[in-house]
Amino acid sequence: MEALDRVVKPKTKRAKRFLEKREPKLNENTKNAMLIKGGNANLTVTEVLKDIYAVKKPFAVLYKKKNITRPFEDQTSLEFFSKKSDCSLFLFGSHNKKRPNNLIIGRMFDYHVLDMIELGIEKFVSLKDIKNSKCPEGTKPMLIFAGDVFDVNEEYKRLKSLLIDFFRGPTVPSIRLAGLEYVLHFTAVDGKIYMRSYKVLLKKSGCKIPRIELEEMGPSLDLVMRRTHLASDDLFKLSLKQPKGLKPKKKKNISHDALGTTYGQIHMQKQDLSKLQTRKMKGLRKRPAEKSAEDGGASPKKSKSA
Amino acid sequence: MAAARVEAVLAAAEEREAEKRRSITVEKELELEYDLGNLLALDRNPPAAAALRGAGSRREALLRALARDNTQLLVSRLWELPAERAGGAGGPLVAQLPEPKFPLPREKPPPRPRPPTRWEQFARLKGIRRKRKASLVWDEQAKEWRRRWGYRRAGGDPSRAWLAEVPAGADPEEDQFARLRREKRERVARNELNRLRNLARAHRARSAAPAAPLHPTGHQDRDELRRVARVARVSTASLGRFQPRLPKEPAEPPARGAGKKRRFQPLLGDLAGERSRQLELLRDMGSKRPVLDITRAVNKQLRQEEAEAAAANKGKKQGKRGKRGRRQQRPGRSGKRSGARRQGQGQRQKPAGGAAAGARRKKA
Repeated sequence: MEALDRVVKPKTKRAKRFLEKREPKLNENTKNAMLIKGGNANLTVTEVLKDIYAVKKPFAVLYKKKNITRPFEDQTSLEFFSKKSDCSLFLFGSHNKKRPNNLIIGRMFDYHVLDMIELGIEKFVSLKDIKNSKCPEGTKPMLIFAGDVFDVNEEYKRLKSLLIDFFRGPTVPSIRLAGLEYVLHFTAVDGKIYMRSYKVLLKKSGCKIPRIELEEMGPSLDLVMRRTHLASDDLFKLSLKQPKGLKPKKKKNISHDALGTTYGQIHMQKQDLSKLQTRKMKGLRKRPAEKSAEDGGASPKKSKSA
Repeated sequence: MAAARVEAVLAAAEEREAEKRRSITVEKELELEYDLGNLLALDRNPPAAAALRGAGSRREALLRALARDNTQLLVSRLWELPAERAGGAGGPLVAQLPEPKFPLPREKPPPRPRPPTRWEQFARLKGIRRKRKASLVWDEQAKEWRRRWGYRRAGGDPSRAWLAEVPAGADPEEDQFARLRREKRERVARNELNRLRNLARAHRARSAAPAAPLHPTGHQDRDELRRVARVARVSTASLGRFQPRLPKEPAEPPARGAGKKRRFQPLLGDLAGERSRQLELLRDMGSKRPVLDITRAVNKQLRQEEAEAAAANKGKKQGKRGKRGRRQQRPGRSGKRSGARRQGQGQRQKPAGGAAAGARRKKA
């Protein structure tokens, strides 16, 4: 509760900064992910978590110890971890006979679980298994989703939204075009989801836009959707709500017409047209004789009274 | 002949262009959807399911070809964005990304505006604005610029103050240093108390605020649920009188007297009060003097009309003056205008009041 945080006033500037980082803001921080190992996590699952951590650094926290919890039954321990480490995305890996190589990907809203989707890992190729040069840590990946299932099926739609949220990284205003090196490609076909990561090589083409060549790098996963725990529609709508301050302010008095011309009205004060400053034409200047006639014989500068 | 040569040259040039473009063009049935702010591309074309079911390596090759095509399209779009050279002529080519469009849920609910504290309300009423204080102050004794507070502040270290003057009307035996320490402790305690009171007020305002929409399950608090349960119980034809209650729920007393318009006193309640009310009624009916004081009613009506006109004027003029006008208008209330108004009312009251007073004098 925000009021409770304020009741205990922070005594140092550092503590104050820590609390300010965690409080709700207009423009939010980049979402952090926590990667947790379950009760019996086998080698595959551990490797997957380590690889995803490498991809998501520095916006991820990898917990080293095993935590014996069942997210689908009891969500309190996940919520506790989320509150402690200020992470709103999580990836929970476990393994048992009924659900081998299990991966639960989920996100939180206000430190309560919003969505959770359980995926089974059928095949996994690690970063270490593919021997080539990798892209630098913290690269913002390009995300591509292929397959009409991602738009038709409700669960796949949420999965798409979750994956975008998970992998998108920080929001940046501009990007270096030569630095677009990493692409994550998700294909949904036949009830399976193939996730592949490629390194992008920009080759010369005849024109400005380069030709793309891909080189397989990084973790590749074959996933199957198992159980889901999706948020109700109204809770999801509540979480999507953006505050009004984020909308760009509309500039009044500016209108555009169909041809692209911008119109605006300028409001001027009343001008005294007799005192209007125009160009000085030497020929139109008043001659001294005319001027004295106008003034009505007003005294020139040097006049002596007797 | 020259025309034919020109045509041939143009056709050759066009073919060369097409050749160049061929390496970066990709044919797709359905156009992809792009969200360049998120570096996102959504491909709706159904992938070749039969081919992908095949052997591992063939599948990988197919997936890679699909990925290459999609990435080519996305990169073409990104390269079309307005780009500039960051850091001068030799710097890297940087493209301006648009705002991300794909709707993603927030991490935390948007921050709620805090209700103003007691000081903020007072300051707004009086038109007091925040003064921007400089961080350095001139210290006369040390003859240099020192900070306002903190390490080496202007005015010396208060803990090392070796002199405390006895004020004029104080007890000469009193320990001044102890008094200063005690007063500082009291000030700090009062400040803390006020801060907590402001917090409590803000918290009460926050929990009273959500009137109509009920938060989804998991995000409701106890007061909200209690309020909603009460409303649900009362929304029956018999206004909740025959609704079953839980074993330990306390029975609510019938609030018959509630409501502004139809309020009834209990039948056998306050006998003395009832008697006095009836006698007053008879007295008013018997007296010759009218119960409605015309002058007071007229003055009240005039005051109301003037207040409405002032509010309408304020509404029109607010656009011009803006925040400053709104803040400075209020202390102006006790200025020339209201004084004139008070005088005018007094004048109006006199002749009418004279008539009423005359009538009263006659009766007595």
